[in-house]
Amino acid sequence: MKHDFIDKYAELDTVIHRLDPRVKIVSFISFVFFVIFTSPSEFLNFLFYFILIFNVILISKVPLKFVFKRSLVIIPFVLFVAIFIPFFKQGEVAGSYSFGSLHLTLSYTGLIILWNVLVKSWLSVFGMLLLASTTKFPRLLKGFEKLKMPELMVMVLSFFYRYVFVLMDEAMRMKRARDSRSFGGCRVRQTRSIGNIIATLFVRAYERGERVYAAMVSRGFSGRIETLGESGVGRLDLCFLVLFMSCLVVIKLGILW
Amino acid sequence: MVSKALEIRNLEYAYPDGTRALKGVSMDVFEGESVGVIGPNGAGKSTLLLHLNGILRSKNGEIRVMDMHMEDGNLQKIRRKVGLVFQDPDDQLFSPTVFDDVAFGPLNLGLSREEVEERVAKALEQVNMPGYEGRSPHHLSFGEKKRVSIATVLSIQPEILVLDEPTSNIDPGTRRGLIELLNGFEITKIIASHDIEMIAELCDRVFLLYDGKIIKNGDVGEILTDAELLESHKLEPPIMVRLFRGAGYSNAPLKLGEGIRKIKHNIY
Repeated sequence: MKHDFIDKYAELDTVIHRLDPRVKIVSFISFVFFVIFTSPSEFLNFLFYFILIFNVILISKVPLKFVFKRSLVIIPFVLFVAIFIPFFKQGEVAGSYSFGSLHLTLSYTGLIILWNVLVKSWLSVFGMLLLASTTKFPRLLKGFEKLKMPELMVMVLSFFYRYVFVLMDEAMRMKRARDSRSFGGCRVRQTRSIGNIIATLFVRAYERGERVYAAMVSRGFSGRIETLGESGVGRLDLCFLVLFMSCLVVIKLGILW
Repeated sequence: MVSKALEIRNLEYAYPDGTRALKGVSMDVFEGESVGVIGPNGAGKSTLLLHLNGILRSKNGEIRVMDMHMEDGNLQKIRRKVGLVFQDPDDQLFSPTVFDDVAFGPLNLGLSREEVEERVAKALEQVNMPGYEGRSPHHLSFGEKKRVSIATVLSIQPEILVLDEPTSNIDPGTRRGLIELLNGFEITKIIASHDIEMIAELCDRVFLLYDGKIIKNGDVGEILTDAELLESHKLEPPIMVRLFRGAGYSNAPLKLGEGIRKIKHNIY
């Protein structure tokens, strides 16, 4: 079965794509931290952060529509967690509503918190999306590895990237096999079969793990993944890093206004 | 005299659940030979292959690879000599890119960057897949995955190539290409399969494994034309043999070309 790439658009060839993965990891993760440590009332700062990341997206030629669509994925989760805050937070009342016996009060501080959570998560997702869609996953892993991320974590991520589709295919095949044999039947039975599929998937994944390990050992694996060093950070990489970080600092310090 | 590449004596193996998969297997493989291990499903073929580079270890029985006894001290050396290609390429290919996978073995050998790159390029060349270095294994076709699987082992430059069901699950065209490819490799080959037609084309000598025991071994022409032997062990002779036997000939040819010649000679 054909699946979307996790790193869709990472195949493009622009300045941003060519940058060393380490530079991108550092830049975009710093971006997230700068965004997080901005006070919620500094509306202008958020605007500038947005303009900054927006420009990088433009340079990277990753379709805006794709980035915006993907970035919205986070909104439901955030809303689910944060939507109730304005109603429970004490403070200056922004408005109150009554539904029969239910009395709801909106507070300004609560609204600010909601805005805070929403805008920060949204901007952070932009940063991470940009990282993922301008860097091929294997290179991203190499970057993390060189930034001294624990080897085990890199290995787990690399196996995840390799096997998530294999497992998805397996689950899909089992679902098809079930569907082609289930005619009606009550909900309880169908739900139970989902349980069976999950259990079978688990067992199969476990067995595959054993076989993969055997394949690794066959080729001399002894507990350490050896990798080739990639070429170092170039001038362009440093330029981008310096430029991007200075933009962040300038915005943070509010030098421009 | 040609030296022995592999020597197995009275190998027994039982899985942790008590299932006895191998019940005293003995076999000799000489250098440069191409040997087939045939047998029905569950005969113990894969279990046997997993012993050849010490993935499975058994206390009962003895294995010698290129004059090295199978023991902890020799394990890494043996694994350099014996390249094992697994049946499912999704097991064999576990890295994010083709390059990483083919380079995995050489990197574990501690080779330099240049040597690793050279070996990867050469191995991919050998399986007719040059230029695939940057691709992700999960975006390859099944036939391509099979080829890359073989390359991941060739890059270690083994002296014995061990293949578990190399032709399972592939279309006839891809299968043909693969047979041709394997036929071109000069090194010692051990191929486990129940694809009798492929074994007939690729192997010089055949071991018939059934229920964990070697029932018979001999020249490929001798074993694969013995319809009674094969049929009583859930196998059957190649179609050429059945055709000629059915038409009343006593000595049936194994190879297609030979059969065609015979028919032309006799009929016209």
